[in-house]
Amino acid sequence: MNNIDSKTAFIIMGFLLIIVGILQSWGVAITILNLCIISAIMSMGVNIQWGFAGLINFGVMGFLAIGGLATVIVSMPPVYEAWTVGGSGILYSLLFLIGLVTFCILINKWFYDFKYKNFIIFILIILSIPLLKKISGSSIQSIESINPAAEGYLGGLGLPIIFSWFIGAILSASIAYVIGKICLGLRSDYLAIATLLISGIIISVIKHEEWLSRGVKNVIGLKRPAPYEVNLQNSQWFIDLINFINIGGDASRDLIISSSGIFVKLCFTIIFFITLLILLFLSERAVNSPWGRMMRAIRDNEIAAKSMGKNIVKHQLSIFMIGSAIIGFAGAMLVTYDGLFTPSSYQPLRYTFLIWVMVLLGGSGNNYGSILGGFVVWFIWIESAPIALKIIEFFTLFLDQSNPIKLHLIESVPYFRYLMMGIGLLLVMRYKPEGLLPEKSNKI
Amino acid sequence: MEFANAFILLCNFVIVPSITYGSQLALGAIGVTLIYGVLRFANFAYGDLMAFGTMVVILITWWLQSMGISFGILPTALLAIPFGIVVTIAISLFFDQYVFKYYRDKKSSSVTFIVVSLGIMFLLNAIVRIIIGPNDINFMDGERFIINAVEFKNSTQFEEGFSLKTTQVITLITTAITCYILFYFLNKTKTGKSMRAYSNNEDLALLSGINPNKIILITWIIVSILATIAGTLYGLDKSFKPFTYFNNLLPIFAATIVGGIGNPIGAFYGGFVIAFSEIALTFAYKKFLIYLTIIDPNTTNLIQYISTDYKFAISFAILVVVLIFKPQGIFKGKLI
Repeated sequence: MNNIDSKTAFIIMGFLLIIVGILQSWGVAITILNLCIISAIMSMGVNIQWGFAGLINFGVMGFLAIGGLATVIVSMPPVYEAWTVGGSGILYSLLFLIGLVTFCILINKWFYDFKYKNFIIFILIILSIPLLKKISGSSIQSIESINPAAEGYLGGLGLPIIFSWFIGAILSASIAYVIGKICLGLRSDYLAIATLLISGIIISVIKHEEWLSRGVKNVIGLKRPAPYEVNLQNSQWFIDLINFINIGGDASRDLIISSSGIFVKLCFTIIFFITLLILLFLSERAVNSPWGRMMRAIRDNEIAAKSMGKNIVKHQLSIFMIGSAIIGFAGAMLVTYDGLFTPSSYQPLRYTFLIWVMVLLGGSGNNYGSILGGFVVWFIWIESAPIALKIIEFFTLFLDQSNPIKLHLIESVPYFRYLMMGIGLLLVMRYKPEGLLPEKSNKI
Repeated sequence: MEFANAFILLCNFVIVPSITYGSQLALGAIGVTLIYGVLRFANFAYGDLMAFGTMVVILITWWLQSMGISFGILPTALLAIPFGIVVTIAISLFFDQYVFKYYRDKKSSSVTFIVVSLGIMFLLNAIVRIIIGPNDINFMDGERFIINAVEFKNSTQFEEGFSLKTTQVITLITTAITCYILFYFLNKTKTGKSMRAYSNNEDLALLSGINPNKIILITWIIVSILATIAGTLYGLDKSFKPFTYFNNLLPIFAATIVGGIGNPIGAFYGGFVIAFSEIALTFAYKKFLIYLTIIDPNTTNLIQYISTDYKFAISFAILVVVLIFKPQGIFKGKLI
């Protein structure tokens, strides 16, 4: 029964995209589709944490940014000059950091029943920050002074960008390990606040450590897993292909240029879609395995699960890491699709709470639900501005073109998407709290 | 003399700004804490409630200014605050009646309340941006400075200038009055006491005949008053921008938890703890130490613990530390 529902839901979604393609343009429709798929993967990540394990993670923004950072580190060409002037300093401070972490872990081990153990570690970390600045300060300065308009950072490894998706996932999972170690013992509302604030710390590090990520100066011109438009327009096979499709004879130059853009986007769509299918397959397998049943048991009744001998903290930590890894993966995909990394664009409303709306609206605890949520919410998010514009124009038809209220409303059209999200979330929470596609209850 | 210069420098850049910022955070944090104590959830819409209240104050300020009414050397916005409070109370009660009440009657989990408050956050965000736009608005008028740095330097023989903005003094006085009234209300009046009782133990409070609807109504009224005042003071001191108000929610949460969630006095001190550490840890002490002749004047080191870019990150880090060592906060949480 449920499956039929989800099928119709996705068919309706497809029709909506086709309508956008006809009314606006096919380029817009495919862009929306691509971002829908990325959003669906993000919400799958959150769904794994929230829907399957009941962990509130309001730090989605931070993990997405880590994924984005991974694309820069993996795919950009290395800046050799920066490495020669400042590489050693950075390596020394990295060694220092590793040493500090090992030392803290060792203290944790040696004095594990000492009362002021945490206090010692805390003081150690406080004191190490000025030392770290001392070690890395001069080399950071010299790295940032090398060609600051285009480089001024260490660059990356120069590998294909697809690798960065996996690196992003691994990085996210390791950061999630640290965060989980600190926060997972907290009550649910504390966990929400703590993860939100920690993601703020992550963003401020990425924003201000220019030697690593170019910070607010952004990284542009990232590699692509798909062909470039300019190359396509000049290659014979592509022109032949368009001529073959175009029934009315030889295609004009304009048509070739516009269709090259669509072709590139379609390449992305195929890659993203395959990724989504693989993740969905894995996730479905995981949910229906004994492990998935155990996670649901922990979510529904922690004490009962504990009495069955399950190590709750360990399992929650592992699922927190898996969910964050998927979010980091999606973050890397997003930056790959955009082709640029802009740390200052990461804001909690767009990158944390919007994803949460997707999960809650789609149906937490159901993979198909969270994918549908990603599609629907992203579609509304993008299309609410044009729709709001139409509605405003309809209702203010009797007003003069230069009426200040009308002009003001038209100017504030982009913010109607927040209104739609708020109303949508409140309505779903009130009348269908289990979401559009509810969790399948495995009754025997 | 040198010592006095050093002290003035510190006052000017650390002590006065952090007391001002701390008062604004404290007012906000008390609001969050009261909602937590009585309604038992962390209200993520609070930053936007502050923005909403401030927006109403700004609109009325503009209206007053267009009527030619001003408040002398004080900012006109102070006259508009009561109107702003009334409108904010109205919208809070509206949301309580039509959104939160349903979940309260159903006895939903605190997570549901958080999610619902996210919905209201989106709504308020949209309302504020649609009505007044997303841009920076400066609505401060009247006298800007009580003590001007240049005049101070000329009239005294200190090398360091000391400046005192009108908004800083207004913030201090308003916070003092508001907190005095609030704590008097909570500790001395019958309604305030019943509020504390309800927060402390809902069942016993209900048993002794306290009307929960009245308590919740009063809580929303107090919270709206605090949100409007804190928002307006922050806007006067810096400037009004909806996005900044949303972001201010994060240090406010930090202050609330540092002070012990649910505990207004803790939240009050928590605000100052956060503000002082944010400003004191990002201040460059080079000039200060040169005045005290502790370090060599030609040094290039700024003697700054961490760069100002990490101002927000400090409050988050403090929160993480508090969560690890004392999850219930510095002052024991969960009692009004």
